[in-house]
Amino acid sequence: MAESQSLEVQEKKELVSKEEKTVPARYYVPATDIYESDDALTVVMEIPGVGKDDVDVNIENDVLRVEAKIDFTKYEGLEPLYTEYNVGHFARSFALSNKIDQQQISAQLDDGVLTLTLKKAKEALPRRITIG
Amino acid sequence: MAILFSDPFDTLQQFQQALDAFRASPWLGSGPSAGGASPPLNVFRKGDDIVVIAEVPGIRRSDLQVQVKGNTIRISGSKSIEYGQAASLHRRERRAGQFDRAITVPVELDAEGVKAECRDGILALYLPRAERDKPKTITVG
Repeated sequence: MAESQSLEVQEKKELVSKEEKTVPARYYVPATDIYESDDALTVVMEIPGVGKDDVDVNIENDVLRVEAKIDFTKYEGLEPLYTEYNVGHFARSFALSNKIDQQQISAQLDDGVLTLTLKKAKEALPRRITIG
Repeated sequence: MAILFSDPFDTLQQFQQALDAFRASPWLGSGPSAGGASPPLNVFRKGDDIVVIAEVPGIRRSDLQVQVKGNTIRISGSKSIEYGQAASLHRRERRAGQFDRAITVPVELDAEGVKAECRDGILALYLPRAERDKPKTITVG
């Protein structure tokens, strides 16, 4: 199934946020996968067009916030003839249910995909209790 | 689009998805598309030339093929997602699969001068207009 499946078109979702941005430009919600292993939470986001230096990740009050700015200068001098999607910055935040070790967050950006590895804090790691 | 009917249980669903994809694509409409729906494209004009830009996050350069014939450009490839050794999956929004799309532009192209660039998940195709197709400016004497 997976081999012959065709890639579906994914409509870009505009960000609806509680706080409004001070700049009027449109933001989009990046498509995100979140999965968990025994010792870490991995968040994978698609942020095409964003360079390494334009990603801002922070955790405050157990809320993971990611903001990614596209390099708009690349579109200068281009006159649109036909368009199927819109272009904008990306922003998304998640309330974390697990305690995260703030010191051990690693981020990697490859081909427009941001991978965040959030190590769980020691007290949140599952403990095996042996019955004596 | 290659549709392989290998698994009898998936056949109908795959066929429905394929029909949906074609229904969503405006290839009989007024757009310049010539078939396929994915990836979504933006077409720009830059001076005399055409620039086609697509968002292809998570697609490796080696998994992308671009072909030019006449004034038709074909973009095809596949996208795969690996989850590693995940214990549990909380959220799954990214899509994987194969894509094959052709787009016809209304100007003649110089196939030799076409440049493709893929950086940070953005595919940009620079399609120079053929010299013989450029409009001539006539000075009014």
